Amino acid sequence: MGEFIEAAFISGLMGAMMRMATPIIFATLGEILAERSGVLNLGIEGIMLMGAMTGFLVTFGTGSLWLGVLTAAIVGMILGLLMAFLSVNLGLSQHVSGLGITLFSTGLAMFIYRLYFGSPTVPPIVQPFKQVSLPLLSKIPVIGPGLFTQYTLTYLAWLLVPVMSILLYKTKMGLKIRTVGENPVVADTVGVSVILTRTLCLIVGGALMGVGGAFLTLAHQNMFLIDVIGGRGWVSIAMVIFGNWDPLKGAIGAIIFGFLDGLQLRLQGLGFHISFHIFLMIPYLLTIVALIGVSRKASVPASLLKPYRREEKGG
Amino acid sequence: MIRMRITKREPLPKWARVVIPIAAIITTLILSAIPILLAGGNLWKSYYYLFYGALGTRFNLLETFVKASPLLLTGLAVAFAFRAKFWNIGAEGQLLAGALAATVLGVSLGGIPGVLVLPVIIIGGFLAGGIWAAIPAILKTKLKVDDVVSTLLLNYVMIHMMGALLFGPLQQPGSSWPRSSAIIEAARYPILLTKSRFHLGILIALLAVLVIWFINKRTVFGYRSKAVGVNIRAAQFGGINTTAVILWTALVSGGLAGLAGVGELCALQYRLIMDISPGYGYSGIVIAMLGNLHPVGVLFSSLFFSVIIVGAHTMSRMTGVPTYIAEVIQGMALMIMLIFLLFTEYRIRVVRK
Repeated sequence: MGEFIEAAFISGLMGAMMRMATPIIFATLGEILAERSGVLNLGIEGIMLMGAMTGFLVTFGTGSLWLGVLTAAIVGMILGLLMAFLSVNLGLSQHVSGLGITLFSTGLAMFIYRLYFGSPTVPPIVQPFKQVSLPLLSKIPVIGPGLFTQYTLTYLAWLLVPVMSILLYKTKMGLKIRTVGENPVVADTVGVSVILTRTLCLIVGGALMGVGGAFLTLAHQNMFLIDVIGGRGWVSIAMVIFGNWDPLKGAIGAIIFGFLDGLQLRLQGLGFHISFHIFLMIPYLLTIVALIGVSRKASVPASLLKPYRREEKGG
Repeated sequence: MIRMRITKREPLPKWARVVIPIAAIITTLILSAIPILLAGGNLWKSYYYLFYGALGTRFNLLETFVKASPLLLTGLAVAFAFRAKFWNIGAEGQLLAGALAATVLGVSLGGIPGVLVLPVIIIGGFLAGGIWAAIPAILKTKLKVDDVVSTLLLNYVMIHMMGALLFGPLQQPGSSWPRSSAIIEAARYPILLTKSRFHLGILIALLAVLVIWFINKRTVFGYRSKAVGVNIRAAQFGGINTTAVILWTALVSGGLAGLAGVGELCALQYRLIMDISPGYGYSGIVIAMLGNLHPVGVLFSSLFFSVIIVGAHTMSRMTGVPTYIAEVIQGMALMIMLIFLLFTEYRIRVVRK
């Protein structure tokens, strides 16, 4: 009996770990793409929230979950474009532009939600995504059922990790992106448009952030709450640094965060006589500790935070 | 093909620095028509109630000051930090730290002479906020941890720490809600004008404007802090101890945010609750930017925001436009201000190729 409970606990924990890592993986990959091209996108938290809200809204209205995910991606792209306009085209401070997008999106998400639903006493819900068991793999004892009975979006997130690695390291496009992020003058000299590359990276990155947000309202939960993102965007930014701007290492960071997040959920369920707030605090605290460990030897893209203005050189 | 070219321009005259924020505010108010119309609100009625709600009666006007005081303090906190390029996005957590310290002191200081209670609480709240901001400053200077991320994450650490305390040692005995006992009478900020909530904290906030202006303009520390912000390497080369400057900047910045928390607790709530701050720390970022990081600018932008927030409630009640319109307007104001500020330094030309 004890063994059975233990196996169920581990399996449940593995499942929660994969679930909680999913939005972080999407957002981390999106942020890596942006930062590799030289733009820190602090709009991430707001873009995720807008993705979560619009995805929920469209699914609520149409009944189609995938249409919701698509909407979240498109909304993320639009906000990514706005970020590009402010920070790349106009060359405004990346810190401030990103925070502006987050504040604006946060207000807008809540405004639109209230506009559509008013202030209901019971939050409206949708029929969320169902988990899919992978054949064979989900039959592995103890860890299998948890790890391999997941949402399609979770599998998609994991699929995107090698895709992003190949894009960045093995393709011509990736070389262009990295050059723009490291040395835009060189990129410009060889005919790569710095503006266009950064804009595209912000747009695609925004789509990933939006989908990451939508996962929370369409799979992890079935409703939209104002604090649904709860700092996961900022955690993703920390994961980019933790992973040294590498998709795989970033995803490993996300899975560690997912483990801690899943663990705190499980421990709460076991009824320890400690406030659940202590558990909620742990992932954030350990993220900071992790940053302390890696920050000294972080290899930041050389042109991160630096707006590129060709005209300035010509006078 | 049409292209935008951005080129540096001659510095604008001084009046432009006043005119541009005003132009940004007017543009924001005009563009606010879009969300109002989307919400099906009558445009003139909405604008009327926005301003009537904030300025229309003596009580409303004084409420606008009540709302402005935490915004002014968090705005100053962010502006002071950003000026030194210490990216303090953690004013929210520092505000909570201040409120937390004020609660602990406010419920337990019954034994000391009444006149000493408030000074002790104010200093305690300032220190609590300052220390909470000093942690990311130390992480930044000693361990190279990115300050944006650490200040942000510490907000969540603080809110959960507060939650744990409000469900634990600080919880009001017998209550099942996450709230503390009420602070003692002597710990309350005095109300300065009758039939209103115009309290001591508003004067403290206004005093802070003067102090920060004085530090920025008239002290060696203010000069060094700015030098670190303009070019940290040059500052280091010029013999400035940049680590110490960033640390002290953080301490003052966090302290100001902490005072905002003290004010909310000792003047309005009298007991700590989870939603003691509806995001004042984050609004402080917008206010600091809109005020161009200048203390007097921050004063005016906090008043503008306060008008929007207080007015939005009346507008919402009278026209049905959701109160979150205030947040939308805040976000828009920031972005418009950013674009307008660009015009002060750069000239944008549309060129045809």
